Amino acid sequence: MLKILQKTISTGIVTANYPAEPAKISDRYRGRPSFDFDKWKDARPAAEVCPTGAISLSDKGDSRKVTVDYGLCVFCGLCAEASSDQAVRITREFELATPDRRNLVLTAEYTLNPDRTHRGLRKVDRASVNVETDVESLGKKARETIQKVLGRSLAIREVDAGSCNGCELEIVALNNPVHDIERFGIQFVASPRHADMLLVTGPVTRNMELALLKTHRAMAEPKVVVAVGACGISGGIFGENYASLGGVDKVLPVDVYIPGCPPRPQALLHGILLAVGRLAERLHNNRADFF
Amino acid sequence: MMTPSTSAIFEALRQKLGPQVQSVRADREDEVYVLLGDADVRPITEHLRREFGARLATVFAEDRRPVEGVFFNYYVFEQKGSAQYLIVQAPVRTDTLEFPSLSAELPAVNWQEREIQDWFGLKAVGHPNPRRVALHDNWPDVYPLRKDFPLETVLPPFEGERHIYRPAFGEGVLQVPVGPVHAGIIEPGHFNFAVAGEPILYLQLRMFYTHKGTEKLFEKIPLHKAVFLAESISGDSSFSHGTAFCQAIERAASMEVPLRGLVMRTILLELERICNHVADIGAIATDVGFVIAHAHASRLKETLVDLNEQMTGSRLLRGMVCIGGVRRGWDQAQLDTLRNTLDFFAAEFQELINLIDRSESTRDRLEQTGVLRPDKARDLGIVGVGGRASGVDLDVRRDHPYAAYSRYSFRVPVYEVGDVWHRMQVRIDEVNESIGIVRKAMTDDLQREFRVPMPTIPPDRCTVSAVEGWRGEIIHWIRTGPDNHLERCKIKDPSLNNWPALVEAVQGNIIADFPVINKSFNLSYSGTDR
Ligand code: SF4
Repeated sequence: MLKILQKTISTGIVTANYPAEPAKISDRYRGRPSFDFDKWKDARPAAEVCPTGAISLSDKGDSRKVTVDYGLCVFCGLCAEASSDQAVRITREFELATPDRRNLVLTAEYTLNPDRTHRGLRKVDRASVNVETDVESLGKKARETIQKVLGRSLAIREVDAGSCNGCELEIVALNNPVHDIERFGIQFVASPRHADMLLVTGPVTRNMELALLKTHRAMAEPKVVVAVGACGISGGIFGENYASLGGVDKVLPVDVYIPGCPPRPQALLHGILLAVGRLAERLHNNRADFF
Repeated sequence: MMTPSTSAIFEALRQKLGPQVQSVRADREDEVYVLLGDADVRPITEHLRREFGARLATVFAEDRRPVEGVFFNYYVFEQKGSAQYLIVQAPVRTDTLEFPSLSAELPAVNWQEREIQDWFGLKAVGHPNPRRVALHDNWPDVYPLRKDFPLETVLPPFEGERHIYRPAFGEGVLQVPVGPVHAGIIEPGHFNFAVAGEPILYLQLRMFYTHKGTEKLFEKIPLHKAVFLAESISGDSSFSHGTAFCQAIERAASMEVPLRGLVMRTILLELERICNHVADIGAIATDVGFVIAHAHASRLKETLVDLNEQMTGSRLLRGMVCIGGVRRGWDQAQLDTLRNTLDFFAAEFQELINLIDRSESTRDRLEQTGVLRPDKARDLGIVGVGGRASGVDLDVRRDHPYAAYSRYSFRVPVYEVGDVWHRMQVRIDEVNESIGIVRKAMTDDLQREFRVPMPTIPPDRCTVSAVEGWRGEIIHWIRTGPDNHLERCKIKDPSLNNWPALVEAVQGNIIADFPVINKSFNLSYSGTDR
């Protein structure tokens, strides 16, 4: 017993203070790729190597539409390596969670040279992709909401609807002493009946569709659904096939999408805190109905 | 070691088994194919097992009707003391689509033969339990791995019965269904326990909830993308599966991976092992209420996951292995981080193990819990950690050296007791061995080239590739196709072998011990279901 105490004291506190302080992440971490559309001279090499089709092209005559979907991206960095013009860079940004699936998609339209490289940028739609800048206040707000509105605790039911278990590893890591999600009053619970939030991973498989629907049905209102990872958002590399239905929103209404493959624990936390806000809104509206 | 020439093998087999043996060929020294003239593999499997003590590592099928007019079954054998794989290739009867089942004598292939039935619509004649395993009972009669079945086929939504479980009778006997959604944050599967009071009489499993068409998908995407699919077979084994896949392609194309690439792979394979073993040791501790040990273990795991990110840019070691080697080299700062973190970890790990060793109550809960006897383990074909705790002395790193393993000496821990305590013990020993391997590898050649470019891969090459993932033996078998695509990719995760071990080990234990017994095997559902 004494040894255990000794060990505990000598180890000290290891818990990180994200999001009150910026996440401590390695300088080697590969986050989202960023695209300098003005500078980009040719999107074909990047689209060619992208393993999940997150970068896709459609050429019509002498014009090209480039679509970048962070909902498919696995942060592999190949696009940056393949693009010789430095227009694609790998950043360390990971706070990409959003309530709107469309916010994860960028598009650009180019006119083309005879050799199919880009001549000029005609149009670009990048305003919507919004890397959260004020995560600190997001954390504060969520903490307040949990304290005041949710009776000091938020209960999450996690469902693996077909994942490779990579997302599960990071969700489990949220509970370790370093990330310690319980400091927000957030707990993972066994019964969907106790849960306010459904955290879903995987492409939804044909074999899990019913179990997922039943779990969702068993939850009391108001409730929110969070889709985790490239597969949870879009089916990821598995896409849609005879056994996979694709992303979670093919089966359930999704409130927040968290990109990544898998999303790192801080990215998960960021998405969960965002979803707390959605839950609070819904609770508020429900009460208004009630009175 | 001397490996017999193909003509010698051919002569010997021909003498024993007659004209049924059509040809013997070896595209590589460590991989011999024996082509049979008909579907009956029983005489040759008998012969190989009896005369050579060969072990059947995996069985799978391939639809070759478009090219050769038949389905083939492949039986991959290995023999103790030889690095060679011997692969028996047997055509399935074209009229009845039948093949003889080996499951009655070799329970190890029970699930794999049923998988062939479900995915190819072939019939394993004489199978003791021929019910569906890889597709649930409600699935329409489709055979997804046939060539004429399109990947994108949309099937009607699920309805009806998933699976009929065997009923359990008797006074006070209850059936307890659990899953597919479990209490914790784990993967989905269904467990049906027949219990008499507390003790478990019989456990029935239903897996394949996470089946996502992976093997079929491998036939549709180009090789450089397929590496990422391999990394997503089982997230906790991303690097092992990724390596097994890249190795397969490299073998098929006779590519020579530079030494530095091989050494770096070895280091990363061992980091993956250490990381997962530590997490499992912690998880076993939690399940018997030793939460302090769990807290330390998960803190240590987080340290290692950080290290993964330092070394590869990904906490799961993703996006690092590639066909031809590894994608990036390491600079001095990274190597320093590796050395320092490993030193820190080694000391902390020892303290963690001391804590566990000193806890009488933990030992008491784990000893004699969930026993898998060595004879059972052998019959069921159990591999990896679960096998080595029950006397099954297999380790691909030693038996079929790959990456840079032949350059380093290490011990393969084997115990005979087969309880949860010893499955934990195997992990503890292996972590210590892995630390040793990484330290030795770091003194090795870490300069110069770490990768060669991928050429155009020649079509119609078959090859087997094996990796000792942290769970156990991973096998990928491929046939290459035109345009850097695959014709077939068979994935065998060790989990597929080891579920029957869980069924065996829980019998007679109380249901409250199920979680810790399950954790002590810690199998991958996604690796099983694909
Ligand atoms: S980083 Fe994302 S967009 Fe770039 S190649 Fe990889 S998956 Fe595609």
